[in-house]
Amino acid sequence: MAEVEAAGSGAGGSPEAGTGTGTGGWRRPHGPLQRYYGPSAAEAAEATPDPADINGPHFDPEVFLTKVRSECPLGQLLAREAALGREIRALDSDMQTLLYENYNKFISATDTIRKMKVDFRRMEAEMDDLAANMAAISTSSARVSAALQDRHRRGAQLAGVQALLRKLQSLVEVPGRLRRWAAPGGEPARALRCHARARAVLRHYRHLPSFRAIEDESHAIMADLAQRLRARLRDETLDPKELTECVEMLLQLEEPPEELCQEFLSHAGTRLEAELAALEAELPVADSSAATTPPPASDILDFVDRGSSAFVANLCLLAASYRSLFEGRPGAGDGRLEAFAATLTARYFQLLERRLGLERGLGDTSLLVRALDRFHRRLRALLELLPAAGAEAGAALVARAARERVDRYLRALQTFFLGCLGDVRQALAAPRPPGKEGPGLPDLLATLASSILGQLKAVLAYVQLFTAKDVAFASLPYFKGEFCVEAVREGLVVAFVRWLCRTARGFADGPAERGAPAAPPALLLLLARLCLDYEATTISYILTLTDEQFPPEDTGPAVTPGPALCAEARGAAQRLLDHYVQVQGAAVAQMLRKSVETRDWLGTVEPRNVRAVMKRVVEDITAIDVQVGQLFEEGVRRAQSSDSSRRAFSVYSSSRAPGRYAPSYTPSAPMDTHLLSNIQKLFSERIDIFSPVEFNKVSVLTGIIKISLKTLLECVRLRTLGRFGLQQVQVDGHYLQLYLWRFAADERVVQGLLDEVAASAAHRCLDPVPMEHSVVELICERG
Amino acid sequence: ARALTPQTAETDAIRFLVGTQSLRYDNQIHIIDFDDENNIINKNVLLHQVGEIWHISTSPADKGVLATCYNKTSDSKVMTCAAVWRMPKELESGSHESPDDSSSNTQTLEPLCHLDNTAHGNMACVMWEPMGDGKKVISLADNNILLWDLQESSDKAVLSSSAALEGKGQLKFTSGRWSPHHNCTQIATANDTTVRGWDTRSMRQIYCIENAHGQLVRDLDFNPNKQYYLASCGDDCKVKFWDTRNVTEPVKTLEEHSHWVWNVRYNHSHDQLILTGSSDSRVILSNMVSISSEPFGHMVDDDELSDQEDQHQEEKIKEPLQDSVIATYEEHEDSVYAVEWSSADPWLFASLSYDGRLVINRVPRALKYHILL
Repeated sequence: MAEVEAAGSGAGGSPEAGTGTGTGGWRRPHGPLQRYYGPSAAEAAEATPDPADINGPHFDPEVFLTKVRSECPLGQLLAREAALGREIRALDSDMQTLLYENYNKFISATDTIRKMKVDFRRMEAEMDDLAANMAAISTSSARVSAALQDRHRRGAQLAGVQALLRKLQSLVEVPGRLRRWAAPGGEPARALRCHARARAVLRHYRHLPSFRAIEDESHAIMADLAQRLRARLRDETLDPKELTECVEMLLQLEEPPEELCQEFLSHAGTRLEAELAALEAELPVADSSAATTPPPASDILDFVDRGSSAFVANLCLLAASYRSLFEGRPGAGDGRLEAFAATLTARYFQLLERRLGLERGLGDTSLLVRALDRFHRRLRALLELLPAAGAEAGAALVARAARERVDRYLRALQTFFLGCLGDVRQALAAPRPPGKEGPGLPDLLATLASSILGQLKAVLAYVQLFTAKDVAFASLPYFKGEFCVEAVREGLVVAFVRWLCRTARGFADGPAERGAPAAPPALLLLLARLCLDYEATTISYILTLTDEQFPPEDTGPAVTPGPALCAEARGAAQRLLDHYVQVQGAAVAQMLRKSVETRDWLGTVEPRNVRAVMKRVVEDITAIDVQVGQLFEEGVRRAQSSDSSRRAFSVYSSSRAPGRYAPSYTPSAPMDTHLLSNIQKLFSERIDIFSPVEFNKVSVLTGIIKISLKTLLECVRLRTLGRFGLQQVQVDGHYLQLYLWRFAADERVVQGLLDEVAASAAHRCLDPVPMEHSVVELICERG
Repeated sequence: ARALTPQTAETDAIRFLVGTQSLRYDNQIHIIDFDDENNIINKNVLLHQVGEIWHISTSPADKGVLATCYNKTSDSKVMTCAAVWRMPKELESGSHESPDDSSSNTQTLEPLCHLDNTAHGNMACVMWEPMGDGKKVISLADNNILLWDLQESSDKAVLSSSAALEGKGQLKFTSGRWSPHHNCTQIATANDTTVRGWDTRSMRQIYCIENAHGQLVRDLDFNPNKQYYLASCGDDCKVKFWDTRNVTEPVKTLEEHSHWVWNVRYNHSHDQLILTGSSDSRVILSNMVSISSEPFGHMVDDDELSDQEDQHQEEKIKEPLQDSVIATYEEHEDSVYAVEWSSADPWLFASLSYDGRLVINRVPRALKYHILL
């Protein structure tokens, strides 16, 4: 039973506890109560309301009791009953304490309010008194001020009169002061200030005679001053600052600005002219420079330095002061300054250009670049002040100088190349001490190529100075685009490669025939290889290098593509090699021709030996083979076997010769004799004698051999041979066959030509009795 | 065979003379008639028994007279001689016999006179005075130029004057040509790499082109319409055109052949057409408008054209005609040693190669009309 009551009072005590927590700030640790009301929301959210929880909001006494009774043993029930009793008691006492405390506070608050009501009633009465007093004070004050007003007005009038009088006094004093300050050696600036102050007043009161006198006097003084200032303006020795002051004062004197402007400019002009003249004095006179040019007294950097510090700086100063003086005045803003500056700068540019023209040699490019850089910077400063003072002209000047330098480098490169070639020629022509080989062709080629490339790189490095980042003019659009592409890439690199190809070509095209000293064949060979190397690698390398160092703009002018240059180089190489073949072939052919023409073929004796000239031919061709082998690759031959020469020759002498030599034709049809050879020719390829060769050793030698043998053929056809003459030709032909097949790309070519030689010889023979083949072989092997 | 010549005095029929070269058999002169309309070639054979023929030329005045240079072989000695011959009357004007019996009844040349060269060496060529009456002949023998006067009826040749080329070594003329200009007083000769001009009145040298070609000069020809202009060809595979008033530089150089150029000939009436034959077995016909007598680049008969439009069209067609190779003829299988224009038909030419093949060709029709119109 007791449990039921306790539970009921626990639930009923909740309203009082609610007010307690509502006041806030009043916290004491009564755990269960706090827990019961505080986080009720959180607890309500708990998943399953437990009706058996005595502190929970869903406490159901019936459930609790049944639960306790059914679950707990008796001892535990008793203990719980006691505990509940204790708890209920504690809760009751807590409630009582709360009630008591809150009550006390209500009491004291009521007391305070009551006291305040009493005080306010007393204060209201005092305020009424105060209002009454203030009204009295204001009325009396009004009375006093009314009494004082009249006197105050009079005092103010007196003060005004006194100020006026003081002004008059100063006006009267103006002429005196002016005279003092405006006197020579005085302070004209102060005089001007004073005059400026007085002028307006004087002008206003000029109808009064006394003021008029003052005004006239001061005018006279000021006119005098102006006169003197003008005189000073014409003085040559004024420095720009004094000049500016002087003009400024004159302007204040209301002198006509147009006239002043004129004088100002002319005065400044004489000064600047003098500076230019000083610069010009350093340049040698035009006439003498034509004949002998003395070395310039100072280097270009120095010259530009002086020019810019003196002339450009002064011009800047002048422009600045002109701007500040005449800005906004009528008659001064009509571009007179611009025109003036433009003429002067144009003269300056002229001088500088002349000076640049003196930079003949290659000198120090970095110095030139620095000089141009400085010039450009200074010029830019000037241009900010005077946009019209020839910006383009300046930039063009710099660009021209750079271009000029590049051109000069190109010429230097060309001279260098010619020098290299001269060295090579000398090395080739130098007599070799016996037993000691001179430098081989590959070495010469390597030296030549590397030195040219090195020089080109060095030149590129120099030229790159023009576009270095720290150089001001490098950011000009010209230097960014056109200079890189047009001047450096096209004008220097491409032009040089082109020129090189042309020069090389010139060796092949030009002098050989008209009696000029012809280039030695080895040089032709060397140059052919050089051009070929250029075509293969060097050109693309150089162009890549250039494009890296001077990146071209996408929208820039069209550039010469690498392949075009390569094609040019290849053309030159081809021309040179062809020419080499022709020269060497002609040399051998000449030898053969002379030998055939000078011999008496009718009266010759039976051949015992191979003629010496044939041995010489074989020797020469072997030497050429070695020479070409040094520079060119072997190349491909038609398939061949080791004993091909013998086999081929036996075919030639056994199966074809009888048909040719036998008197098988009749007088009535002499043309039939050639039927066999004609039919054979129909099936063999046409041989082009002076045809272009490929870039390999075999092709070159084939070309030379073809030329030689064709010559032999034509020469034999022009002769009439005796029996032994024919046999000699037979022996010679066999000898050539034995030794030449290995040089040719297609031994059938050699074979075919030698066959024709033999056939022609037989045809031109009065008594065609060929030699026994075994004898021919014997003679050849012995020889 | 190397010797080929048109029948110069014949102006109606197209006729060429070819001399054979054979050491062991009787040599012949073949008279080739070409019937343009029917495209038929007719051949007549004349025996030339004295030796193989190296050079042949015909009289400009008498159709029946010709001169040959031939090799005479006698006991291990070869001598080149020259003689003037007359062919049988019936062959003079080209009889149209059937080819089959022409071979059977071969006729013999009637010798007129022998150009005696025992004192002067081997004859290289014989030239007739181009515009003359067939009475003056020049022959080149080794290093001598011999001017002969043929007596009445050409049966006797009298040496009227001669000149010799002196110099180091063995100098030998290879070829010569008589200029049709200056009243036929100039000839040009070639020896080794040099071309020389001579005055036939004084027999003195008047100009000399040293090193005209890199190697031997093979042949010469004068421009028939433009005095002073001379073409030469040689072993350096080139054909060069010279102005004999300024001999330091050639006016023009052609480099089309791939071996020695043996022969160069101007067309007789249209001198822009140049024919060359070479031992690369090719014959090349070139059009050298820029150095010809033909007006280059503009029309002469402007006012004749009434219609302005026509004129424009004409000029447009004329314009692209540049110096160029017109055609390369590759019919030959062996070296071509002689090319000649026909004296009768300016659009026809013959070429002769070592193996004896004679080829007759025409200038391409399109070009012909282009030049004519």
